[in-house]
Amino acid sequence: MDSNHFVKDPNVAVDDLRAAAETLIEKLQNDDYYEANEVINNINKQRDSLIFNNVGKLTRALHNAIVNFNVDAGEAEEGSDLSDKSQISDASDRLNYVLELTQGAADKTMDRVEACAPIAADISSESSQLREEWKRLKRREMKPEEFRQLYYRMDEFFARIGSGADQLGTNLQEIILEQGYQDLTGQVLKKVIRLISDVESELVQLVRIAGQVEDVAGFKSKADHEAAAEQNASGEGPQIKAKQRSDVMASQDEVDDLLSSLGF
Amino acid sequence: MDKNMKILIVDDFSTMRRIIKNLLRDLGFTNTQEADDGQTALPMLKNGDFDFLVTDWNMPGMTGIELLRQVRADERLGSLPVLMVTAEAKREQIVEAAQNGVNGYVVKPFTAQALKEKIEKIFERVG
Repeated sequence: MDSNHFVKDPNVAVDDLRAAAETLIEKLQNDDYYEANEVINNINKQRDSLIFNNVGKLTRALHNAIVNFNVDAGEAEEGSDLSDKSQISDASDRLNYVLELTQGAADKTMDRVEACAPIAADISSESSQLREEWKRLKRREMKPEEFRQLYYRMDEFFARIGSGADQLGTNLQEIILEQGYQDLTGQVLKKVIRLISDVESELVQLVRIAGQVEDVAGFKSKADHEAAAEQNASGEGPQIKAKQRSDVMASQDEVDDLLSSLGF
Repeated sequence: MDKNMKILIVDDFSTMRRIIKNLLRDLGFTNTQEADDGQTALPMLKNGDFDFLVTDWNMPGMTGIELLRQVRADERLGSLPVLMVTAEAKREQIVEAAQNGVNGYVVKPFTAQALKEKIEKIFERVG
């Protein structure tokens, strides 16, 4: 057997195996045990070589993938000092930044809304009280002393409306500005999405090669249903394609229907 | 419904805790406390005579479904009303929560109206 046999693809290897099996049967039928043993040894050798060869390929591909990531990182991050960091840890930093930014924006927005609420409530209650007083005035039910009070109260209210509206305006403007996080996080997310799809295409290559090794070596991967059960318990997060999935509830109404079918 | 009842809000995101807290305040419930996962929530529940638990599902440490199981397994907390407010929306998960004795299930993103309805419904039943 020459060394060229060692770099065959698995399909050719399977053909070789069949041929060897036929030879083996033939030798055994002819009581040629020494030659039969030789055939078995050759089959073993060939199988081992194929595994080693594929593990080699896998290692090389993995190495290339890692090298390529680092090269890409160097290009994308020109002038940055991230060279001692992997793309993946950089991506987690970026995602953490998204987390911080969205949290900050949500907090500031809610702060502003909470600052607006009492101003609006005050305007609403004071204006409805003044409207009642005004109606009394129109019905000429008001004494001169009461009118004098209303007069000053109106004056004060106009001033309050003015400054309240200014504060509301400022807060609304701040809320608009806070939405800038969408732009910043969007850019970061796009970068991370690009990285993930790069990693995926490299991984697909690795899986293909690893699959060949598994086929030859007879390894089995973890059963799918075990993995699914683990996923359910730890939670999956928001469903982004709920309408297209039959195992996912697309709305609160569907959840309610399901629960009522369970006797809720 | 007793507006003064003590409510524990469990979610790992402070933003979501704040949103729920605000909605509850709008509904007149001001006696609320917060925890960021099941592990922090459970001792609070055991020591704190809470009347109502609002929990997320997906949290680090201890998940909401595990917290629900622990609450139902506890002698004293066993009948505590529990509302799940979560992004988990798979059929199996909702069935699992129901089997573990959840009292209501709201999927995120939710409306103030949905939250109000579920809470009212829970206390209609519990009395």
